[in-house]
Amino acid sequence: MNLEMIQSFTPAHFLFLALAGIAAATAVGVVAFNDPVRSALCLVGNFFTLAFLYFTLNAELLGITQVVVYTGAIMVLFLFVLMLLNLGGVKMMKEKFDVKRVLGFGFGALLLYVIGAQVILPLNTITTAKAANDFGGPEMIGRALFTTYVWPFEVASILLLIGVVGSIMLAKRKV
Amino acid sequence: MDWLRQVFWENEVGNALLRVLLFVLPILTLVPGLIWWERRLLSWMQDRIGPNRVGPFGLLQPIADGVKLFFKEDITPKAVDGLIYFIAPAVALFPAFALGATLPWGPNLKLTPIADVNIGVLYIMAISSLGVYGVVLAGYASNNKYSLLGGLRASAQLISYELAMGMALASIVLATGSLRLTDMVKAQEGPLWGAVPQVQNWFIFTPFGFIAALIFAICVIAETNRAPFDLPEAENELIAGYHTEYSSMKFAVFFMGEYAAMFIFSGVFATVFLGGWHAVPINWSALGMEQVAHWNGLLAPLFFLGKCALGITFFIWLRATLPRLRYDQLMSLGWKSLLPMGVFNFIVVATWILTTSLYGIGGGIATAVGAFAVIIFFTTRIAKSANANVEFLEKRTITMESGKGDPKPQEVNA
Amino acid sequence: MLTNYVGILLLVLVAATLCAAMVTLSWVLGPKRVTPFKTSPYECGVEPLGSARERFPIKFYLVAIIFILFDIEVVFLWSWMTVFKSADQQFQIFSYFEMLIYMATWVLGYVYAIRVKAFDWDETTSLETHEGAIQSEVAA
Repeated sequence: MNLEMIQSFTPAHFLFLALAGIAAATAVGVVAFNDPVRSALCLVGNFFTLAFLYFTLNAELLGITQVVVYTGAIMVLFLFVLMLLNLGGVKMMKEKFDVKRVLGFGFGALLLYVIGAQVILPLNTITTAKAANDFGGPEMIGRALFTTYVWPFEVASILLLIGVVGSIMLAKRKV
Repeated sequence: MDWLRQVFWENEVGNALLRVLLFVLPILTLVPGLIWWERRLLSWMQDRIGPNRVGPFGLLQPIADGVKLFFKEDITPKAVDGLIYFIAPAVALFPAFALGATLPWGPNLKLTPIADVNIGVLYIMAISSLGVYGVVLAGYASNNKYSLLGGLRASAQLISYELAMGMALASIVLATGSLRLTDMVKAQEGPLWGAVPQVQNWFIFTPFGFIAALIFAICVIAETNRAPFDLPEAENELIAGYHTEYSSMKFAVFFMGEYAAMFIFSGVFATVFLGGWHAVPINWSALGMEQVAHWNGLLAPLFFLGKCALGITFFIWLRATLPRLRYDQLMSLGWKSLLPMGVFNFIVVATWILTTSLYGIGGGIATAVGAFAVIIFFTTRIAKSANANVEFLEKRTITMESGKGDPKPQEVNA
Repeated sequence: MLTNYVGILLLVLVAATLCAAMVTLSWVLGPKRVTPFKTSPYECGVEPLGSARERFPIKFYLVAIIFILFDIEVVFLWSWMTVFKSADQQFQIFSYFEMLIYMATWVLGYVYAIRVKAFDWDETTSLETHEGAIQSEVAA
């Protein structure tokens, strides 16, 4: 990265870099913290920053849904479960040679390669936006959901119904 | 002066900063006044005098309290989870401030709202759902039985009432056809029931809007943990709930969050149901009084603040009037009354829009009448089942009285 | 488009700074005289008994998961609400009945949750029938 490249950056670039930096840092925090509650909090922060990343991509509805569903609902459940189980800090056994660690690094490198080759490199050649102007707006999504994607939409409701019944069955004391 | 204009008016980021400051600074200055107003009004309602020594009418009392709290010892108990204990008050205060980003308090789009986005209502839902974290984390990190119970109660209460709040807002979004809050204010400038052009169509005047307003108001009280929904901090059973272990300014920050949230939720209520920044529901332009319409726009922030003050007074009045709910009553009110009411209201609004578009005004009226009939039918059914429940409870009492160890009622009387 | 969100981002930054300042200021300004009694967990003046991190009823967990599921159901509808009013009649009729079917499954789940008393907090009646509660009480 040379100086000319930095000078050609727009404010949007810096905004993206800042947001992406926070997102990456919180993502590392999820794995690095020993206390599960802190990891969960990092995940909350990560989801929240991710919403802003969606905003910068004009996907407003996706971004705000991210906050409503993940940050506002699912992470609350995560925290509940962590408090329910009352894990505290993890006491890890030290192994001499951990196969999981090596495998993890291997798969991580593989994933990095796939993303680099399939996503980042092709994106470098694109100069103009392909999406329409109101691409991520609620109107566009509302229309698409009720015309093109009617079946997935209805199936989703049945899926959620199964979720309601299943969770109540699990929590029931007597079956 | 010219450079000020350059920075805060022409420059987009500077303009955004101006809007943020115009929103945050009034809240910061008004919160102490709010605390004063609550204490004075509450005292008056309870036949007391309240704080009246510091400054005129005791107006400086909250500021004196604030300064005192800043210099108080900040005790961190030994058993707490340090980092989470430290950030929990900040997490509780944050959503209260961030909530109002889409709230228009006047007609000038250069000054308000902070971000006129096409997901305004959803943004409010999203940020208010973040309010759970403050109490859960405070309750968990304190490592105190009262705190944990308070935090748990609060979180279950907050998420239960959020659903009904969403449904109440959904009916209004459906009737407006937009998630933008400025569009909602605009929709309420239209003629009343589409027929009377002189009067504005504030949503609280429409039947579905009235029900939605009722649900929303109850949910807001529950979301801000105010009496009669203040179970998380019920002082006679939980000491102070989730902020038992907090002292000094950290303790005050929880209250600041509560008051700021009250203030902004009153603003949301005013915007969604009470015509936003308009003073009275009269279309001055339709009456030919352009001068009054002009002044109405200029004084908009004052009218908006007035509506917020009314909302807060309502909050305080409720606190002075109603006793606290029991926990199972709270849960059944949220899940069994408000939520089905909200969903039903939502479906009725959808039907009303469809029939109006198909058959004109007559279809809309027919829908309203039909919905009313359905409500009557169900309320009579529910009243019957409630009676059955009372019978069941009586049966249970009898079985307990006839048990071995229980004293007979007559013996107790004798 | 993007500039719309600059305001929100700025507000989030300002709010975060304010919150952080308030929490740290009293930490900095206040005196610090630590005594063992002051720093022990508050339990009405007596020595704390056991750990506070007790396990708590599964009810809270159930409420949270049902909230998520219902919340997601409504999230799907938010975008439809913005197009329904101004759409053409054909789309209105079609999407109205789509929505009714969708809400019917919602009502089904809701009625099930009410029938098994998932929202009842009275321990004697929760997740059981009235008769079961009476019988267990009579037996006890």
